[in-house]
Amino acid sequence: MGDLIFIFASACVINNFTLAYFLGLCPFFGVTGRLDTAFRLGLANIFVMTITSIAAWFLNTFVLPHAPYLRLITFIVVIASTVQFVEMVIKKLSPALFKALGIFLPLITTNCAILGLALFSTNRGYGFVQGMVYALGAGIGLTLALVIIAGLREENDLGSVPKLVRGVAMSFFIAGILSMAFMGFAGLFHGS
Amino acid sequence: MSPPANPKSSWDEFVKGLWRENPVFIAVLGLCPAMAVTNSLKNGLVMGAATMFVLVGSSLLVSLLRKVIPRAVRVPCYIIIIATFVTTVDFVLAALMPVAHKQLGAFISLIVVNCLILGRQEAFASKNTTPMALVDALGMSAGFTLALAMIGGVREILGSGSLLGLRLFGESFEPWAIMILPPGGFLSLGALLTLFAWFKERSEKRREREAV
Amino acid sequence: MAAAREPGSFRLVATLALTGLISGLLLVGVYLLTQPRILRNQAEALYAAIFRVLPGTVEIKTYVVRDNELVYFEAPEGRLPTEQAVFAGHREDGSLVGYAVPADGPGFMDTIKLIYGYDPSRRVIVGMQVLDSRETPGLGDKIITDPGFHQNFEALAIEPEIVAVKKGKKEQPNEVDCITGATISSEAVVGILNKSSHQWAPLLVSPEETSEVSQHVAPSQP
Repeated sequence: MGDLIFIFASACVINNFTLAYFLGLCPFFGVTGRLDTAFRLGLANIFVMTITSIAAWFLNTFVLPHAPYLRLITFIVVIASTVQFVEMVIKKLSPALFKALGIFLPLITTNCAILGLALFSTNRGYGFVQGMVYALGAGIGLTLALVIIAGLREENDLGSVPKLVRGVAMSFFIAGILSMAFMGFAGLFHGS
Repeated sequence: MSPPANPKSSWDEFVKGLWRENPVFIAVLGLCPAMAVTNSLKNGLVMGAATMFVLVGSSLLVSLLRKVIPRAVRVPCYIIIIATFVTTVDFVLAALMPVAHKQLGAFISLIVVNCLILGRQEAFASKNTTPMALVDALGMSAGFTLALAMIGGVREILGSGSLLGLRLFGESFEPWAIMILPPGGFLSLGALLTLFAWFKERSEKRREREAV
Repeated sequence: MAAAREPGSFRLVATLALTGLISGLLLVGVYLLTQPRILRNQAEALYAAIFRVLPGTVEIKTYVVRDNELVYFEAPEGRLPTEQAVFAGHREDGSLVGYAVPADGPGFMDTIKLIYGYDPSRRVIVGMQVLDSRETPGLGDKIITDPGFHQNFEALAIEPEIVAVKKGKKEQPNEVDCITGATISSEAVVGILNKSSHQWAPLLVSPEETSEVSQHVAPSQP
């Protein structure tokens, strides 16, 4: 159990997918300053990650031992299919949200965070439960990072930023400081 | 028969990827590897070389098959082609450079979702002749490698006090460890982007003065 | 001007299938070409570490656990078993140096993977090497670079348990001097060693103990 808690906390805050592993940067830098859009995009990511984790475990256990060279292709196919499915569901349930998310929804497919999750999980040899906990931690961490940067961007747009740094460069400096802040979570679980 | 308007020389196509349309500093693509594996110059160079292999291979193949692949399924086909090259480079690196492979880890496989690669197929390789697609791929990947080398070089010098593993400063140099940690990636890229913005502003001002 | 014919769905599926097929074939080829080398690289890296943590070893034998017992694992072409394995190191004269046991656990930044050598006859750890870690460079990563820290593991008693103490305070053979400025990373290593050694010690019997046992059993047979 302590093992699972460590996996969750590590993926969520100590080694945050965005701020420590640089995954999921496209939505991170591109998403609007609207907090609620960022939050819902995060939720979509959590959902896709969880399904991907289950599918990856299934593939790793039953299919890929016979053809390990197909790992990358099968993972991508699974992710693309899941995202298609999520797109259809959101379009049906909430057309407004679908419009608000716009291009970012299909972009979840090329979001390195999802593929990264599947690959990291495979490399660490996580089982079914560990993989799920890892996916949840990573997804929640991603959402956390998205929400924080969206909130900061709202503040930032109103403040006075030197012209040279305005735009992308400023976002990187903010992200760097956030990354440093999150490093403070290290050592949360230590000892035996 | 009219000559093609504005024929671009091969050299032009190559050089644009290096500076004017540099994938990392101008188009802001491929951020993930640009920060994740640039904690040293060597890692940046290896990632750049691996990306070059994938981009050149994919562009060649996509350009060769551009009249054969139907529009409707072009993206899945491109992705399969790219994934094949990425898996290949992953295995080859694991066999020939196991230490570098371990350092780069899953980020080699993540080349497949580097927007730069798919972007070049969609924007250029599928619409141009094979020689031109090759030149474009070489230029873009050279620019990408250049960017990674710059970031990796800065981070290694400041964060480890070395370059390519060779110690640069004396014993008393206290390395700025944060540079080889994740925040260093964000800060280095931010600083370099600012530098590029400054260059751009300077050249724009100079052009304005010359126009007057 | 005739408009381009919209390709039928058969053409679409066929293109995708063909691309997938050719891709698969190419990948099989690359895989078969590179796999032997990759496996050798992995085994080499591990064996190098085993030689370091079991000083004096010239021959390595691989063992896996079946039914709570150590079973010898025949390693074809230096392949490593997929299940949890330990490695026995033998000297030139055939005597046992000890067992090399891989272990891992949470460190300061992320999981620390290490391998340590355990001598069952003296019940001490004779060597430790960190295989993988993401500790802070210049601070936590001293568990890799600090030679003073490694001296702790040359004859570390595991009974009753390994204890981490402040730097310079080591008095008992079961104590480990932590690195100043890297207390948590040092304690993490101690924690991993404690848990693993106590888990494996009952299984890793020394040859003398085994021969005592078999001597004990033999006379009862008619």
